[in-house]
Amino acid sequence: MATDWSIEDLKRWDERIREVADGFGLVLRGQEFEVCGQSQMLGYMAYTGMPAHYPHWSFGKRYEKLKTLHHYGLTGLPYEMVINSDPALAYLMRDNTLCQQILTIAHVYGHNDFFENNFHFRQVPMDLTVSRFKLRAERIRRYVEDPSIGLEQVEEVLDAAHALSLHLRRNPASRKLTRAEQEVRAVEQATPRRDPHRSIRTPEERQDVDLTRVPLEPEEDILLFIRDHNPYLSEWEKDVLTIVHEQARYFLPQIETKIMNEGWATYWHHRILNALRLPEDLHMEFLVHHNQVIRRDPHGVNPYHLGFVLWHEIRREAAEEPGQPGMVDSPRLAEAGGDRLPGEEKIFEVREVDRDVSFLRRFLDEERMRALDLFEYERKGKELIASRVADPDQWKAVKETLLRQTGMGSVPVIRIHDADLGRSGTLHLRHEHDGRDLDPDYARESLKRLQRLWGRPVVLDTKVKGEPLRMSFDEEQGFAKAAS
Amino acid sequence: MSDTIFRPYSESDALRSDRSAGDRQRHRQKVREAIRENIADVIAEEAIIGRSGDRIVKVPIRGIREYRFVYGDQQPGVGTGDGGTEPGQVVGKAGEPGQGQRPGPAGDQPGADYYETEISLEELVDIMFEDLELPEMERKRLREIPVESERRRKGFRRAGVRAHLDRKRTARSRIRRKIARGQGNGGDADSDRRDEGDEPNRFPFHPEDLTYKRLVRDEVPHSNAVVVCIMDTSGSMDTLKKYLARSFFFLLHQFVRTRYQNVEVAFVAHDARAREVSEEEFFQKGQAGGTLISSGYEKALEIIDERYHPSLWNIYAFHCSDGDNWPSDHDRAIETAGELCTVANLFGYGEIKPLNSRHYGSSMLEVFKGLDAPNFQTVKVERKEDLWPGFRALLSKEGTEASRS
Repeated sequence: MATDWSIEDLKRWDERIREVADGFGLVLRGQEFEVCGQSQMLGYMAYTGMPAHYPHWSFGKRYEKLKTLHHYGLTGLPYEMVINSDPALAYLMRDNTLCQQILTIAHVYGHNDFFENNFHFRQVPMDLTVSRFKLRAERIRRYVEDPSIGLEQVEEVLDAAHALSLHLRRNPASRKLTRAEQEVRAVEQATPRRDPHRSIRTPEERQDVDLTRVPLEPEEDILLFIRDHNPYLSEWEKDVLTIVHEQARYFLPQIETKIMNEGWATYWHHRILNALRLPEDLHMEFLVHHNQVIRRDPHGVNPYHLGFVLWHEIRREAAEEPGQPGMVDSPRLAEAGGDRLPGEEKIFEVREVDRDVSFLRRFLDEERMRALDLFEYERKGKELIASRVADPDQWKAVKETLLRQTGMGSVPVIRIHDADLGRSGTLHLRHEHDGRDLDPDYARESLKRLQRLWGRPVVLDTKVKGEPLRMSFDEEQGFAKAAS
Repeated sequence: MSDTIFRPYSESDALRSDRSAGDRQRHRQKVREAIRENIADVIAEEAIIGRSGDRIVKVPIRGIREYRFVYGDQQPGVGTGDGGTEPGQVVGKAGEPGQGQRPGPAGDQPGADYYETEISLEELVDIMFEDLELPEMERKRLREIPVESERRRKGFRRAGVRAHLDRKRTARSRIRRKIARGQGNGGDADSDRRDEGDEPNRFPFHPEDLTYKRLVRDEVPHSNAVVVCIMDTSGSMDTLKKYLARSFFFLLHQFVRTRYQNVEVAFVAHDARAREVSEEEFFQKGQAGGTLISSGYEKALEIIDERYHPSLWNIYAFHCSDGDNWPSDHDRAIETAGELCTVANLFGYGEIKPLNSRHYGSSMLEVFKGLDAPNFQTVKVERKEDLWPGFRALLSKEGTEASRS
């Protein structure tokens, strides 16, 4: 395939892009670009971008799907894939034009800055990302090749672990208390507080706490809990659970900041490419691609689009505030800050502390929702009907619907409440129902997989159409559900 | 500040990158397993008779989803309009691509499973044969359509036209004769050169040496056949019935295809009245109540009369029914069936009554005992295991009239 660029061209453009990015005040870590072919790219995409990843049929399925989508030209950005590692790793597709490469490089630096500076990514050790994935892959491969274990068994445990991998602690910033600390807290909560009016009031009674209960407080890390509390699991099974948990843990911040992250990268590729003063033909091509990236999605929210618009709006608003003269407060920015637009300080601050839900909560107001023409739709038969639009009465409801499905909001909250329900070793879980019912087929199958890992009966309390429902799965009796 | 590294494209890395091959294969395997589990549903819904083997069919799959706890699909979604969207406005169709794309890294989104896969018809037929437990030899026979060739080589002969001369064998024969004469094998260059000038040592070809390739006309009959599928659509066709009927017709069609060059299919659906339909319509329930089997036979005879004259066409007719018929029609049915037997190479009647289904009291098997024709066969299918023996029994009758054409 003939290309209109060479590696030397890319290096030259990269130098200029970095110069401009530094001038804007992006704080970047090292960056690696790998030029790859189309099928390689599909391979990377199927395996979440990782150069090494453990094998599982679901990645084969994803590859086939991506290939089909690609074949029909349905994938939006086939060239953009960045890994949160140090140095960050990104891919450039060999068949892309020079303009697309420049755009991708600039876009990737946006992600690079976001990974480096957003608070949520500090919880993940990123220096060894790639080698960690590789080591995990090797461990899984060893189990597959072990004649006493084999593919079938490993696959079964992986299938089950995948079903539960996203049920993990959502706020890793707050430290998880140790068992001892939880006990102290439980006792403290049960002990009546010192009452200044005790002379005139009957004292509260001291409540009994059952400190033998496991878990003492509802547990969110389902896989880890099973690993630590199912004595019948063999070592390799425990290791598989650990591996799946760690990988999900790695992706958590990316799930939680999709809109901000993509919006941020789009904002900066736009700024950088405009600052590069491209020759006219390249500039026209850039505009075409940029518009493609930020096209609106009539059946959803395109994170590139929404993020891009909001970052612009936040900057514009900050610039209009009095007493905001593009001020500069650090010496490093002082020398580079000349290139900044007024109000850009504000977006740098926001990109550090927020995640999608708080970002939308703070900055998606009625006016912006109307400008974006965000609406809520419902399925009626075979048609999708707009049920609410961003008008003065309904915009809040539309926004709530959006917030609910943003980030981890699309994953139901399910916690372990008891590991020994009725003293029978039954695992008791509760779905924190927020008005959305679980998909019954998926719930049944997931429960079955949970039981495979726990080895004893499992029980899940949820609600269907407002009525409490208890689903259970037991090896002998299979699936059952009953009103509870 | 750290700098940037560019890794150029490398061919060897590109080769290494086919790391998804193993996982794709495993996925494919799971798809096949899932299809095998649902083969009855798939065949019952898919038009397979007389279609080309590389046709791609879409098959719904259960069992290879990645299950997670997810919210049901009745949840409202949020979309982005192009300005002025009004409540109540239709904004799209359910199940369109792009719907429900929510933030999150690709693939980590639950609920974005797809339930259809594509498979070639040939692969599907393979799975069907496995499911029906067809003997391996038969599978091969039914799958292989002989390649038509006008002539093929078969042995050698002494006489023939020059173009068919087999030089190698001719030369070998001469050498053999020479050795037998005790003149050495004559293989060395010296003796050959001497041969040229030296008259006494010359050892010419003899007419006996000349060997010709023998070409024969291929035995494959250049003939036409038609498969007339007749089905009673008055009763309800559940999945199992559809599967059994369709597989039976399919087997018959494949069988006929192995023997004739040009094979056509006609579908006749009947309840109290008969009509000619396409395969897709064939397996749909008819409108009217009541059953007149003779109407189906009459229609078949009519079609044969119009388009497939017995002197030009080999006719294979098969009728699938649940055995229900109006008693008053029995005589007429036997009469028309007899007529069909006289024009057809083979006429079969199959009664499909899945064991667990509602059992109708009546059965045509008894009635058809009154029909005495060497090329008529009745088959009773109660479960899918009966299909292959039934098919065999049907074909055993075929020999009796096969020489007719």
